[in-house]
Amino acid sequence: MYTNDMLESIKKVEATRGARVGANLRRMTAEEKDAVLKAFHPDYRDDAFTTLKVGPNKGEKVPVELAVLLEGKSRVYGKNINLDKIDYDVDVLVIGGGGAGSSAAIEAHEGGANVMIVTKLRIGDANTMMAEGGIQAADKPNDSPAQHYLDAFGGGHFAAKPELLRKLVMDGPDCIKWLNELGVEFDKMPDGTMVTTHGGGTSRKRMHAAKDYSGAEIMRTLRDEVLNRNIPVVDFTAAIELIKDEEGKVAGAVLLNMETQEILIARAKTVVIATGGAGRMHYQGFPTSNHYGATADGLVLAYRAGARLLYQDTLQYHPTGAAYPSQIFGALVTEKVRSLGAQLVNANGEAFMNPLETRDVSASSIIRECKERGNGVQTAQGEGVWLDTPMIEILGGEGTIEKRIPAMMRMFGKYGIDIRKQPILVYPTLHYQNGGIDISANGMSDIENLFVAGEAVGGIHGRNRLMGNSLLDIIVFGRNAGQQAAKKCKKVKLKKLTLAHVESFEKEVEKACGEPEKLSPMLLPSYARKGE
Amino acid sequence: MEKKVDVFLYGKKYSVPESLTIMGAMEYAGYELVRGCGCRNGFCGACATIYRIKGKQELHACLACQTKVEEGMYIATLPFFPLVKQVYDINKIKPTEQIMMQLYPEIYACVGCNACTKACTQGLNVMQYVAYAQRGEYAKCAEESFDCVMCGVCSSRCPAGISHPQVALLARRLNGKYIEPECQHLLDRVKEIEQGQYDKLIEEVMNKPISELKELYNTREIEK
Repeated sequence: MYTNDMLESIKKVEATRGARVGANLRRMTAEEKDAVLKAFHPDYRDDAFTTLKVGPNKGEKVPVELAVLLEGKSRVYGKNINLDKIDYDVDVLVIGGGGAGSSAAIEAHEGGANVMIVTKLRIGDANTMMAEGGIQAADKPNDSPAQHYLDAFGGGHFAAKPELLRKLVMDGPDCIKWLNELGVEFDKMPDGTMVTTHGGGTSRKRMHAAKDYSGAEIMRTLRDEVLNRNIPVVDFTAAIELIKDEEGKVAGAVLLNMETQEILIARAKTVVIATGGAGRMHYQGFPTSNHYGATADGLVLAYRAGARLLYQDTLQYHPTGAAYPSQIFGALVTEKVRSLGAQLVNANGEAFMNPLETRDVSASSIIRECKERGNGVQTAQGEGVWLDTPMIEILGGEGTIEKRIPAMMRMFGKYGIDIRKQPILVYPTLHYQNGGIDISANGMSDIENLFVAGEAVGGIHGRNRLMGNSLLDIIVFGRNAGQQAAKKCKKVKLKKLTLAHVESFEKEVEKACGEPEKLSPMLLPSYARKGE
Repeated sequence: MEKKVDVFLYGKKYSVPESLTIMGAMEYAGYELVRGCGCRNGFCGACATIYRIKGKQELHACLACQTKVEEGMYIATLPFFPLVKQVYDINKIKPTEQIMMQLYPEIYACVGCNACTKACTQGLNVMQYVAYAQRGEYAKCAEESFDCVMCGVCSSRCPAGISHPQVALLARRLNGKYIEPECQHLLDRVKEIEQGQYDKLIEEVMNKPISELKELYNTREIEK
């Protein structure tokens, strides 16, 4: 399956493998990390960013592609929207059917609220489903929430909002317990001890997993629980604008049936935005590991309603996206492959870094190895470095790959690559939106009755997220948002509904930037080939 | 110019580059997908697809995002399949044989044709995991079915009307909640946190100046 040039390079990888097994690869110093980030991390490329001209983050830096949407044209523009004709009337409206949205809905239901989920694809079509490696929580005797805090705070460049990070690490173990009690199957030893590993930047082995289907196992269980509770799920229906009431509090959303284009109105006492990430924006032309609907919709909706964003200029490029073959270009190769011992090796067979540096440092280091040092392996789409998977079987014994990372074995096996015997080619892929909507520890944005959970939140992880802290964050903050929204809705008396905020935002945009070019939110990327 | 192959999307012929996946071929042909496309990475089961190669008898099932096109493929997607999902309270049911009989009695009507296994897009031994479910062997059913993406192709081929993915999901939840051993260190830690044993420690870390935290972070001991 590999080309002849690739096979030649593999020989060099094989020649050094014996010596590399068991070798202690040095970690970078703080100064070395800073230097490689500044020189090679995509977040430091000035030409890929612009300054917002309108809204709560006016004057701040954002990716060019996101600015176009934040300052884009509303999809309600020119449509006759009748806010008196209510199609759905609920206590809590959850926008998004991934792990955060489902957790929020379950907890809101538990709290006695009349809750509904709307999602533009199906419930479970979400990045949660694709999370492979695992979920962190400090539940081992040699670990503590404070240690978890230190790892995440340092890994995120000391920029996380302390109150949010505290909640993440302190609620972590309880969330694992909650999932386990819902029936999520975690990898355990015969005595019940969790099988845990390192992730990049962790100082304790606290990565819990369900093989390399960790997110899928969590997502399918949460989805089943939502259905068991008869919580209504309106699928193939996107939220295209938030609705407020006359007092400026969020009070519902304008919905769009993705198939019939019908407009529907949902009135709600509280709204939870759980719309996930933005990989399908393909910032800087990167491929992505994200699901089809990851287009930053929630950020656009919230921003127009006046909510502040935080760290909207920082993205996570996962160090190991598949670089070859072309059919899976950009797909996630879980960090767990490195947790289990596979090293990153260049075209000459040299292990050029410790494989468990944080993601931003690892990604930058791979880019440097290819772009500056010329040690990459060429592919049709670009280049990559080797991830030496056969080392896993040497270190962990025969059968480790099939048992611990079956999804990876299957993904490459379909293209004739047996990862137990041959290494795989990887290059950074757009993976995670570090930033998002600013919230307090109660899950609410600075707009009353607008809650946010999951990847749409900014500030939990600072400027870089550690592996396994996202699955944790969607559960911790998903549950929290659901609980808080259910509590809050009991005190809400809705006034007359309005979209005046959308109108006034549009006026500002037109004044500052002229007529906007693009409709937003994006909803789905456009991949269809348009003629020749 | 890359070599092209002829494929038939819902019976209509298109010439597409041979390196594409079926999903890529649909987009190459000009389809803007809404249905039948989810994670695009083989985990969500949205893009279940059935195909037959022109002139051949055998019917194949696959995920469109994970399968390369071949010359003469006749392709139909299965973006939705009406699986039966029974509703239950996970806290009230128990991992007994009776629970399957109550919720999914049709599994006992399995005729052993093995069409489900032949159709599985993940290459799972579906009939075997249903057999385990019939016998109340939920741990085995959970293990055998673990990689299921719930695309529903198995059920579309089943003469007994079994919703295999839902049966397997019930088995996995029973296994995860009731059969697998309890995790003592997890229960201990949750209790310790509830009792406030970590409040002081976390406050201490949170209140340190950044310079001190940087030092602490850069010199922290890393478990081998």
